[in-house]
Amino acid sequence: MNIILILVPLSLVLVALAVWAFFWAVGSGQFDDLDSPAYRILLDDDDKPRRDETEDEPDRDET
Amino acid sequence: MTATGEACYHCGEPLPPGPVRTARIDGVERPMCCPGCEAVASLIADSGLDDFYRFRTAPAPTPASPARVAADEWQAYDRDAVQRPYVRRLPDDQREAVLLVEGLTCAACAWLIERVLGAEPGVTDIQVNPATGRALLRWDPARAALSGLLRRMAGLGYRPHLLAASESLPAITRERRAALKRLIVAGLGMMQVMMYAVALYAGAIHEDMDPGIAGFLRGISLLVATPVFFYAGMPFLRGAWRDLRARRPGMDVPVSLAIGGAYTASVWHIFAGGEIYFDSVTMFVFFLSVARFLEMAARHRASRATGALARMLPATALRVTAAGDTERVALAELAVGDRVRVPVGDPVPSDGRIVAGDSRLDESLLTGEFMPVAKRVGRPVVGGSVNLTAPIDIEITRVGQDTLVAGIVRLLDRAQSQRPRLAVVADRVARWFVAGVLLAAAATGLYWWQTDPAHAFPIVLAVLVVTCPCALSLATPTALVAATARLARQGLLVARAGALETLAKSDHLLLDKTGTLTLGRLSLNETVVHAGDAAEARHLAAALQAHSEHPIAQAFRAHRDGREARAVRVHPGRGIEGVVDGRRLRLGRPDWVGAAEATDNEGTEVTLAGDDGPIATFRLADAIRPEARAAVRELQRLGFTPEIASGDGPGPVAALARELGIETWHARMTPEDKLARMHDLQTAGRRVVMVGDGVNDAPVIAGADVSVAMGSGSVLAQSSADMVLTAGRLGDLVAGVTIARRTLRVIRQNLAWAASYNTVALPLAAAGLVAPWMAALGMSASSLLVVANAARLGRERAAPVPGDADTACDIPALGASR
Repeated sequence: MNIILILVPLSLVLVALAVWAFFWAVGSGQFDDLDSPAYRILLDDDDKPRRDETEDEPDRDET
Repeated sequence: MTATGEACYHCGEPLPPGPVRTARIDGVERPMCCPGCEAVASLIADSGLDDFYRFRTAPAPTPASPARVAADEWQAYDRDAVQRPYVRRLPDDQREAVLLVEGLTCAACAWLIERVLGAEPGVTDIQVNPATGRALLRWDPARAALSGLLRRMAGLGYRPHLLAASESLPAITRERRAALKRLIVAGLGMMQVMMYAVALYAGAIHEDMDPGIAGFLRGISLLVATPVFFYAGMPFLRGAWRDLRARRPGMDVPVSLAIGGAYTASVWHIFAGGEIYFDSVTMFVFFLSVARFLEMAARHRASRATGALARMLPATALRVTAAGDTERVALAELAVGDRVRVPVGDPVPSDGRIVAGDSRLDESLLTGEFMPVAKRVGRPVVGGSVNLTAPIDIEITRVGQDTLVAGIVRLLDRAQSQRPRLAVVADRVARWFVAGVLLAAAATGLYWWQTDPAHAFPIVLAVLVVTCPCALSLATPTALVAATARLARQGLLVARAGALETLAKSDHLLLDKTGTLTLGRLSLNETVVHAGDAAEARHLAAALQAHSEHPIAQAFRAHRDGREARAVRVHPGRGIEGVVDGRRLRLGRPDWVGAAEATDNEGTEVTLAGDDGPIATFRLADAIRPEARAAVRELQRLGFTPEIASGDGPGPVAALARELGIETWHARMTPEDKLARMHDLQTAGRRVVMVGDGVNDAPVIAGADVSVAMGSGSVLAQSSADMVLTAGRLGDLVAGVTIARRTLRVIRQNLAWAASYNTVALPLAAAGLVAPWMAALGMSASSLLVVANAARLGRERAAPVPGDADTACDIPALGASR
């Protein structure tokens, strides 16, 4: 059973690491907006050709 | 006479009558209400960003007309001296600014801004956060001018405002981050301690644990529980200390007593031998932190109105120099005594006095009244009002925090920070509850101290933990949070969580007329022809009015046929004259153009006349909101008595009441009258919901049990109201009432559960039948049940809302076809 004398402190180190990682994530603003990333991934996946890159289309009516 | 029910695809405003403007989006021609929307929609579609329309959850803001955006309001911000307080210089020659963005309602708006601005040359980074309404812009000044980027954003309909560097990380964000950190410390700590506790309990049951290992695990538990207690538990300890000093025991006192007592006793037992309760301590702190976090989230949603002041005033002003020229300066540079020129269509930058020019000003932002007010030389003007008919010069009399707008905003901030009535009541209940719990714990302790001193402490602890108002304190906030989130998706923003409870119990509806039941702008109702053709007369009038910003002119906007008027002259208070197709025409008050006096005084009349006599008379009226009738009927069905309280004359008010089937109406009411009426109703035992849109409604809004502002109304009304109809649809209020009532039912179920659980558990605990860990487990299970019950509110499918004609903004299914 003496193994837990090593494993338990080790788990504490891991917890400390997790807490540190989370604090870093919160501090860098990753949790400030939890709503829009859910939509953003849907929007960004859509790589439709941007029409302003084919500027010389003849039938385009400029406003 | 009402709008056709079809709405602008871009901004959701009803379409004006007449020929429809369209823009091609995702291959389909969509109707547009104005040139501004048309331009923005075309821009979005041409940039391949049509996805915006598929994923947005609220209509886009109505952009200003292209001409207004082009007016170079932001130019001054290119000067270094003006930029300094707002812009941070980064080491690699880049610059960074934080912007408050108007009209940012959903994730799709943020995405649109990021895509459009991110594609601008010179922009190195743009991050938009719809939760705080702020954007972080980083750019290379050598390749892009700040004014150009701001103009681009405004062109999309999202007006940016630069924020001083100190405001860039709002208090809300800081508070949220601190709470999240506490939550994670408590959560991870709880899991660890629970693991050691299970081992210790198992060891205790089999009685074969090595004492060395047990001691080691107990020591580790102390190590983990200590940061949880002192870091995550700090808000409770601090709150309890504050309550005790103020001699006003709240929920924090028994909580702190329980966790403080358990922690101290456990530490003592580590060294002296005996039971430890670190598992109970950490679990308790974690669950309470979750409850607090949910409550905080609801409160933060409410404070979106920050920066209301910034939104009402222009970014820059035209200062008249000693030589008589004008120069663009930032608002912060203005000083008392400066002379400022306000062109037609621009907002007045600060409070002042007119020193040259006669004009009409639109003070709707402040008063909610859309008809402009005539002002002459010497008259005071208020910052935030819009100059409509002629350029004026004003002398600044007050700047910055001394202005009327700043004063009103301060007043509102104070009103908002005061605790809502219902929360105060809840606190009083909590105080009794707390006193009862403490008394029960003390009595239990006293009894056990005399009969069995060895077990007195764990039993008292069990009493404190088991009666923890945890489920009780979760019961209300979780239900409110779930309902609030659900309603926000539906177009009703609940700014004060307690308002939902009051809304559910309300039975009387006091409605403002202009802007609430009506669209708040004039539209052409009827054309009486004196000579010639009606359509032709409308085209001529539209040509004359083409360049006017007067509300009357907007009614004619839909009838323009491309003809331009020349030699246009505006006669303030009377009308407008000009030459169209070689004919000299006058359009204005019937007596001014030489027609007979108006006979019918419902609405506004203007007459078009040529040199040879009157051509046509136009009757203009404020059109009823298309969904108003259905919404009023539905609210009546829900048990509300609707009543109109308007500042307008009796004629139009009576007609509207008849139209909507409302029996009680009051005309020509001042804000004081409305407030008195409100008090009468309240003394008669009614609970009154006030729906309004202007700041003239502000006193009434403050006096109402629940106040609802229209999202299209004045910013100040919105920030003082309990709820905002973000899409401006009255129908959403119906959904609000339905969900509010269901929320109340869920809260009652939760409270009943929590109360009966405590009633059963308290005697058991006091009899010594409940170990502290069992108490903690029971408390947690009870809390989870309450949370699960509340979550039902957010999940259920919404009933269709009457009058909800075109919700282009609902999130379509993922597989929606192009």
